[in-house]
Amino acid sequence: MQIQRDMATHGEKDVDRIEPFWWGLFAAGGGIAAMFAPMQILLQDLLGNAGVPVATSSYRRARRLAANPLVRMYLFALTSLSLVHWAHRFRYYVMDLGVTGARRQIALVCYGTAIAGSLDAARIVLRLPGRAR
Amino acid sequence: MASGESITLTATRYSPEADVEPWLQSYVIPYREDMVVLDALNYIKSYVDGTLSFRWSCRMGICGSCGMTVNGTPTLTCASFLRDFFPGEIVVEPLANFPLVRDLVIDMSDFMHKLGMVKPWIIRDRDKPVTEGEYRQTPAQLEEYQQYSQCINCMLCYAACPVYAMEPEFLGPAAIALGRRYNLDSRDEGALDRLKVLATSDGIWDCTFVGECSVVCPKNVDPAKAIQQTKVDTTIDWYKQHLLPWMRR
Ligand code: SF4
Ligand code: FES
Repeated sequence: MQIQRDMATHGEKDVDRIEPFWWGLFAAGGGIAAMFAPMQILLQDLLGNAGVPVATSSYRRARRLAANPLVRMYLFALTSLSLVHWAHRFRYYVMDLGVTGARRQIALVCYGTAIAGSLDAARIVLRLPGRAR
Repeated sequence: MASGESITLTATRYSPEADVEPWLQSYVIPYREDMVVLDALNYIKSYVDGTLSFRWSCRMGICGSCGMTVNGTPTLTCASFLRDFFPGEIVVEPLANFPLVRDLVIDMSDFMHKLGMVKPWIIRDRDKPVTEGEYRQTPAQLEEYQQYSQCINCMLCYAACPVYAMEPEFLGPAAIALGRRYNLDSRDEGALDRLKVLATSDGIWDCTFVGECSVVCPKNVDPAKAIQQTKVDTTIDWYKQHLLPWMRR
């Protein structure tokens, strides 16, 4: 049991200028991951594979869809925001598990992974073939 | 209406003059169904062992001074009935995460300091003279912050918070809820001032949204909600400032 504890000093710190940026993406990613990811899996994998004639039931139809820039933007948002959501949550998990030091490095690894994943997602989405002839 | 039954209550004992470490002492006392844990402690103090130290005052969930850890959970001992544990034993320990002064008494200086940090009073750019009358407020404006004004400073939320346990610098649930209470008050103009304390890495951004504070809060203040809402507001402001600079407040 704790008998002594250093009297904490919550001094006047500067307002955190970058955290709201990540938290905003985290919140958006949470919404996307919770709403669209299950829908995406349902449509693309479950229903399509079960033979239901959804828009993604065949490669050809999916490819036609993916030719649309809006669909590409959606695919990119779905992937990148989910990744950032993971990064932020995981960063806090690590803190919850009792790691109090190395904050900067942990943040760097988490968000770095998300950024790398997002860049790769952008690359793949951009290289998707255009409208099938 | 003695039932003849008894219950075992084990309490933390610690005397800074005599003990290196806290230890546990068990007392067997008469059990009555209408007794709360605080009654049991007072029974011990009056009839069994006058040296047992603990804080209490109102016995009715108002003063916030009787918070202790009862069977592992931060609890108001005046609102916790023996019958909920009987015939099992009851272990009463001091609130976690605070330095121990004696037996069940903790040092609350850090908590008091943090409450003061959020400037829990109405801040005005310019006070209007008394002759101009009072600051009026509609029921809807009162409703905005009323929930957050119900805090009795019992510190249960700090004892329950794993972030505060690891990081003593964390401003903590009750202080953030109190800051939000004033930020939401239509009479107040100090929000930007308070954000310098709230929107820091030791403030709202230290919170990992475990939510235990709101679980243990005896007054349904819901400090976790206060923290999340402040995160949302701060984030919206950030994006407005950086993406829509013309919409800056
Ligand atoms: S917010 Fe609730 S648990 Fe925390 S000090 Fe206030 S009344 Fe107690
Ligand atoms: S004695 Fe006052 S709240 Fe319990």
